[in-house]
Parts: sequence; structure tokens; C-alpha cells
Amino acid sequence: MAAERDVQTMIDTAAETSSHEGARGLHYEENLLWEKERGDESGVDFPDIKGIDLRTGVPERGAIGLPQVSEPQVVRHFVRLSTWNYSIDHGFFPLGSCTMKHNPRLNEKVARFPGFAQAHPLQPVSTVQGALKLMYELQDILGELSGLPAICLAPAAGAHGELAGMMTIRRAHEAQGNTHKKIVLVPDSAHGTNPSTAAICGYTIKTIITKETGRLTVEAFKEALGDGRDVAGMMVTNPNTCGLFETDIQEISDLLHEAGGYFYCDGANFNALVGKIRPGDFGVDVMHFNLHKTFSTPHGGGGPGSGPIGVTEELRSYLPVPVIKNESGSYRIENERKESLGRLKGFHGQFGMHVRALSYILSHGADGLKQVAEDAVLSANYILSQLKDDYHVPYAGPCMHECLLTDKVQKEKGVTTLDIAKTLVEYGMHPMTVYFPLVVSGALLIEPTETEGKDSIDHFITVMKHIAEETKAGNTEPFHNFPVSTPRRRLDEVKAARHPRLRWKPE
Amino acid sequence: MRYLPQTKKSREDMLEAVGVSSVDDLYKDVPKSAFIEGLADVPLHKSELEVERILGGYANENHAASDGPFFLGAGCYYHHIPASVDHIIQRSEFLTAYTPYQPEIAQGTLMAVYEFQTFIAQLTGMDVANASMYDGATATTEAALMAMRITKRNKLAIGNALHPDYRGVLLSYMKNYDDVDVFDGEPDEDTACVILQSPDFYGKPHVYDVWRKKCDETGALLIVVVNEIISLGLLPAPAVADIVCGEAQSVGLPMSFGGPHLGFFSCREKFVRQMPGRLIGETVDEDGRRSYVLTLNTREQHIRREKATSNICTNQGLCALAFTVHMALLGEDGFKTLARLNHEAACKLADEVTKIDGVTLLTKSFFNEFAIALSKNAGDVVNALAAKGIIAGYALDDNQLLLCATEMTTDDDISVFCTALKGML
Repeated sequence: MAAERDVQTMIDTAAETSSHEGARGLHYEENLLWEKERGDESGVDFPDIKGIDLRTGVPERGAIGLPQVSEPQVVRHFVRLSTWNYSIDHGFFPLGSCTMKHNPRLNEKVARFPGFAQAHPLQPVSTVQGALKLMYELQDILGELSGLPAICLAPAAGAHGELAGMMTIRRAHEAQGNTHKKIVLVPDSAHGTNPSTAAICGYTIKTIITKETGRLTVEAFKEALGDGRDVAGMMVTNPNTCGLFETDIQEISDLLHEAGGYFYCDGANFNALVGKIRPGDFGVDVMHFNLHKTFSTPHGGGGPGSGPIGVTEELRSYLPVPVIKNESGSYRIENERKESLGRLKGFHGQFGMHVRALSYILSHGADGLKQVAEDAVLSANYILSQLKDDYHVPYAGPCMHECLLTDKVQKEKGVTTLDIAKTLVEYGMHPMTVYFPLVVSGALLIEPTETEGKDSIDHFITVMKHIAEETKAGNTEPFHNFPVSTPRRRLDEVKAARHPRLRWKPE
Repeated sequence: MRYLPQTKKSREDMLEAVGVSSVDDLYKDVPKSAFIEGLADVPLHKSELEVERILGGYANENHAASDGPFFLGAGCYYHHIPASVDHIIQRSEFLTAYTPYQPEIAQGTLMAVYEFQTFIAQLTGMDVANASMYDGATATTEAALMAMRITKRNKLAIGNALHPDYRGVLLSYMKNYDDVDVFDGEPDEDTACVILQSPDFYGKPHVYDVWRKKCDETGALLIVVVNEIISLGLLPAPAVADIVCGEAQSVGLPMSFGGPHLGFFSCREKFVRQMPGRLIGETVDEDGRRSYVLTLNTREQHIRREKATSNICTNQGLCALAFTVHMALLGEDGFKTLARLNHEAACKLADEVTKIDGVTLLTKSFFNEFAIALSKNAGDVVNALAAKGIIAGYALDDNQLLLCATEMTTDDDISVFCTALKGML
């Protein structure tokens, strides 16, 4: 025993003297690169420089202050950091409206083929026909899946697609002389990017109230629309962020169209519909696709995303450039179009993500995509059915591919949505989306996705039931302290914001 | 279907638990007219081998940079990527993680991006940098929008030869405002910012003192745009700027036919609350251990909605990681050597190509890219050389050609190119 204590003391002492670097079992602390001892050699070997006179016309740069370590140190550094991350490859990741599905490695492999990865966007088009064919096919398929035939792949992410879509609408109104149309209707349950995007497009936001029902009602819509004279359009996520399909969407889009407005559909929740239901067939004029959600391109810890948009035939000419054209088997890039709103991204968009998305689509095919939507919806409804007696369900189902619960019942015992989320972290799962949508208090938005098997979903349900039961019994204390088994416990976010330290600096 | 783990039995069990007889009962709220009857253009599912064959066929129809001599840059650069970069970014823990909203289980991403922010700030000579932007073009536009917010002015001056796509994106965004004026020239009292690219689109590096003075006299902000970030290993840091932004694809990312690339954005500390995009900050956890977390969120769309500084949400997280790993490998000496090698390759190319009759060097000072004038139409020359397996650069107007050399360029490449070009002029 004494000897063991000595060893423990030695480890503790070692950990104290080196405050950030130390290890327990498989858990390694790690310093920043700048805190490592500066090596003699770069981690990359180069041929000798010749030392010719510079022809830059400006003075040569002095010391920058970058760190310097060898390749094995760099690899170890980042591998250690990686062990501090949770990922979809670890386990269940039911983050609502984010569609954290399996990321097939085939997609990674094909995107790295030299013909794709080492193609330059400005090469003569005769030398990139394969890349253009791929983009053209993806345009075609997204058009077919959405019922919106005109596609532009260029936008870089969902929010960028929203911008592209809303600017397309703006351009169309301008072309029609409807410059007085300055209002965009957005439900209170919308993603933050929707009102933010509309504002960047120079629009005024008018909120449609859905709080009572969790859905758009014709009455609430009519009230927001008014006489509709100044309404340019509406931005609606469907299925919406409460996980519900908008029952009256056809009637509402008809009313909007009668008033001369366009219907922008946020495609974040397209996973419930893909291969089964076409947004263009329930009145949508413009939508974006999140290739990093529905079409499985990896989230990468925050990007890169990809947010192509689709529009109706009527709006085609206003789309951003570039668009890929097919002239009897010869592909070209349309970089200019008189009516176009212009360019929103350098080059042709996130091409590497287009490759991955097409790989995903071909792998599933029309039959597999439909199954994707159905499994995603069935799994979410299964969760709802199993948890509806334990958690407050603000809006009755059936739901689409995600279900919304709240902490209303648990909060009476002091256990909040945050506690539930952090308890899931402790139990080895990523939490659902929390405190969103804003229309309910303490939201828990759960999206299991189709790539989760029933056993894994059942495990989640068991843990959620355990939290509910313990809370009911008054055994709430651990929930406030979780997580405790993670590399870090709850963080002081106030301190981070009050005294921002956004980079390493020499002491 | 290999990506779907549900079984016939599990589906039946779940339907029973939900209390419906078929999945279509769950879609009862959807208008009947919106259901798909058949997908004419979408084939049925394919095996991994089949998909690989099809897409491999497409890839083989393209000319890859490694297939022959390559001299094209113009905002997207062909550089070597060490093998360990791709190994690290393909680790599940990085590749398949989400935006780090749950910091207790995302310290890996958070710390790496904190290192990214540090690298960018050091390279640009700015105080702070954000967690990345989509690309150089959108980063430049976001910088202009930020300058408009700070100065409450609506005129934007472009000071020199800005990349045409960057200019195009800027102009498109500004069409959203009725009263914004984008012009080429010097700032006046109503100008929000001067945008200066260095090296400019024709490859010429710039100094900033004169522009700094003009900005100080008029109250405009100085935005410096860098789209070949390796140049910052040889050229002076644009530390006198207010905002430095641009494209960092050159470090760690393949050209990938134009994306995903890596926009970066850095500025002076006093403007931090006006910045667009995500920021990672240092803090402590409940046990007082150093930790990292997304911070200053009140600038962002998910909190501020229509009053946010930008609508950006997802950025280029994994690309920022690739950059960070590559920078870590390069280190101070490696980064500067790489910059030197690029410059020396370009000097060699310039020397050789100007030996050809009918070729004149237009960009006398350059980093790794410069314009030449030819005695023939540049577009025709580029196409003719492409047919011979040489990617000869970017055809500017008429007879001008933009050429780039990097550490990838060999003496052999230059010799093959010059011989072919000579035969054409």
C-alpha cells in the first residue's frame, strides 16, 4: 500500500510540475505546440535553398515566432488531441436538425482520386470533363430529388445556400419591378441563420407565431402576411424544427404565391423526405441542400459543409453562377448570365463535397434513399413512443425524422435540459440538440438518423428513462455534476467571454 | 443497403411499438401530391466496387496536376502535402465530429482550432483570428461588411488588382444594399475601407505604408487580402492593416477543383466583437484545468438572429485542422524554406521563359507567380499546350499569361514547358 502511495505521489508531483502535460492510463494531457521545446529541425525535409537575391521588391520577413517540432512529435500531438473528441464513429449522436449520420469512407477515398483532388478549377475545360460531368449529374439528381429542376452547386454551406436562395428571390423581384417587397416572413421556430440571412439580403423580418401549435397555421400565416403587398417571401423549414411536417403547407404556399411571394425552404431537415417526397411538389420555390447532413459528407468538427440550392424553372435565370451545362456530352462552366445575381463563392463551390455526395447517392440509389427517409422517420417515432410518458411532449406526433421533448417534468425536481445533456455525455453519448427550437422552454430535439441500429437506440432510451426515473425519485445530485469521466468537466464559459484569450501568446 | 443497420424485424418491432401498420402512416401530414412516383434519373443502389469504378472513370477523364508540367495558380495553388496531414484529418475523432458545442467531449477540435487561430494571427501580424471562413473570396467580403459596420460608411475602395472572383463575390453581396458604392482607387472621407491584395492578382507584392497613411487621413480601415499564404514566409507581415484575410488552401489542402479551401480572417483586438464567424477561447473547467470553448457567441446568428455580425454557421473546420497539422510540421524554419523554394522556382521559371523570343516579363517583382506577355493570344496557347499535357497557366486578356511555380515545379517541367512554348510563338 505504501509503495503504491509513493508511486501515486510521484505521478502527482510530475503532473504538478508540468501543469498541462501528464498522463493517466489512456488519457494524455497535451501542451500547445508553442509550449514544446523548439527543435533544430522542421518536421518537413526540403532540398537546400540556393540563396539567390530576392526579386520580391520588398524586404524579407524576419522571425515569425512559429513553433518547431519533428514529425513524430506532430503526429503524437494531434493523435492525443483527437482522443479528446467524441464523434459519430464513437457512438450515438442524436443532434437534432444536424443529421449526424455515418460518413462512408468510400466517399473519402473517391474524393482523393488524383483526377479530383489534383484538378485545378481554372484548367481548360477540355482537361476536366470528368469533374464537370460529375457536377452536372449531381445537379440533375438533386433537381430530381427536390422537384426543383434548376440547381446551383456553388454555395459553401447551409447558411451560404440560404443566402444564395434569398438573393435569387431578391433578384427575381427586382427583375419584375417588385422592389417594394421588403418583408420576409420567418416562423419563430426557425434556425437563427434564417432571419440572419434575410437581414443580410436587406430584408425586414416579420415573425409568424407558431408557439401554440408547433406548426404554421393558416390563421397565423394570414396574420403575418397581411395584404401581402410588401412580402417578398417566407423562409420555412419543413419538416420544421419541432420535428413536424407542416400540415397546411400547400394552402399556405398557395396564399403566399397569390400575394406574389416566394417560398424558401430551409433544407436542413431533408433527411425525412429524401427519395420519398419532393419539396417542389408542396409549393417550394427555392431550397438549399446540406450535403453534410442529408448526403453524409463529414461534419469535420465544424465544416466544410456544402449548400447547393434548387429553384423552380421560373427562377432559373436568376441563380448564382457558376452552373454546369451539358451540350451534347460536352460539359462547360457557365460563369456569366445576364439575369444572374452573380458569384457568391470563389471558383465552383466545395467540389470535394460534391464528389462525396454523389458517391453517397450512387451507393444508395433511388431505393436506398427512400429507405433512408423511412428509417430515419420510423426511428424518431420509436423514440417518441418510448419516452412520451417520461418526458413532456409539447406537440403531439407523429413526428418526422426528429422528435421534440422538453425538461418540463424534470425541471420541477431541479434537473434541467443542460443536466440531461451532460448526463448523456457522462454515459458515453453525444446529447441531442438542446434549448432549440426557442419556441419551447428547455427543448430536447432528438434526431437518431437511419444509420443507427435499434440496439443503439434502445440503449439511449434506457439511459433517458433512467434519468427520468432517478429524477422522479429525487436522486438528482449526480446529474448536476456530470460529466466527471470526460477529459474536462463543465467549462467556465462566462470567463471565456469576459476575458477573451483567443490565441497563444508568449508570456 | 450497406449503410442501413435496421432489419426487417427491427422495423416491424418499431412499427408495432409506435402503433402504426406502415411507415406511410407516419407521413400522414404530407400532401399526397408531394409523394414521389418514381425517380427516373436516379439509378438503384450500387455496390462499393461499382461506385468506385464509376467515379474512378470520371476522375480519369480529368488531367491531374501530377500528370505533367503545371504552372497554374491564380488563387489556387499546387503544393506538396505531407502524408501525415491526411492521416490526421481522416481520424474518426476529427473527421466525424460535430461543431464543438459540447466542449467536454470536443477539446481535441477546440484546441486544434485555437492553434489554428494562433498560427493565422502570427502569420498575418494581427492580434486575433477566427476559426475560419468558407474561402478567400467570402472572407474578403465579410471583411468589407465588417468595415462598414465599424465605420458606418458605405463606400468600398479596391486599391489594386484584386482576384476577379473576390471582386465578383464582393459585388454580388453588395447588390443587397441599395446605397453601397464599390470603386477602384483611393479612399475619401466616406470610404469604409481600402482592399489591397498582396501579392496582387498579377503576382506583385505590395508594401502598405502609403495606404496606411491614406487610411489614417480618411478614417477608412485597411484590409489586406492574401491568397497565397505561403508568401507570408518571405514577404513582410501586413501588421499595419486593420483586417488581414484571404485564402490558406496552400497549406495542407489539395486544389480539389476549387474547394473545399480555407478562408481565414484576422484583425486588431479592438474589433473582435465585430468579427464574423466562430471564435475559440481559453478558459478553465470546474476543476480549474485549462480548457477551450466556443466564445463571444453573442455576435452570432444562433443568438442574435437578424442582428448577427454574419449569417455564417458551419465553416471549414477540418480544412483548418489540415492547415494546422501542416503548419506544425513545417515549423518556423520549414515555413520560411518553403516560401524561399517557391520564390526560387518562380525566379528560375521567369529567367527561362523570358529567354524565348516573343515573351516579356510584365510582373517584375513577384513571389511565386507573375504575368508575361506573349506574341500570341494566351488562351490559344494555353489550350494548345493543354493538348500536349502541359497546364500552362491562366490566360489573362489577349496575349497575357499568368504563370506560377511552386516547390512542385522541377527544372525538367520548366524545360519541357519552355521548349513547347517556344515552338508555338
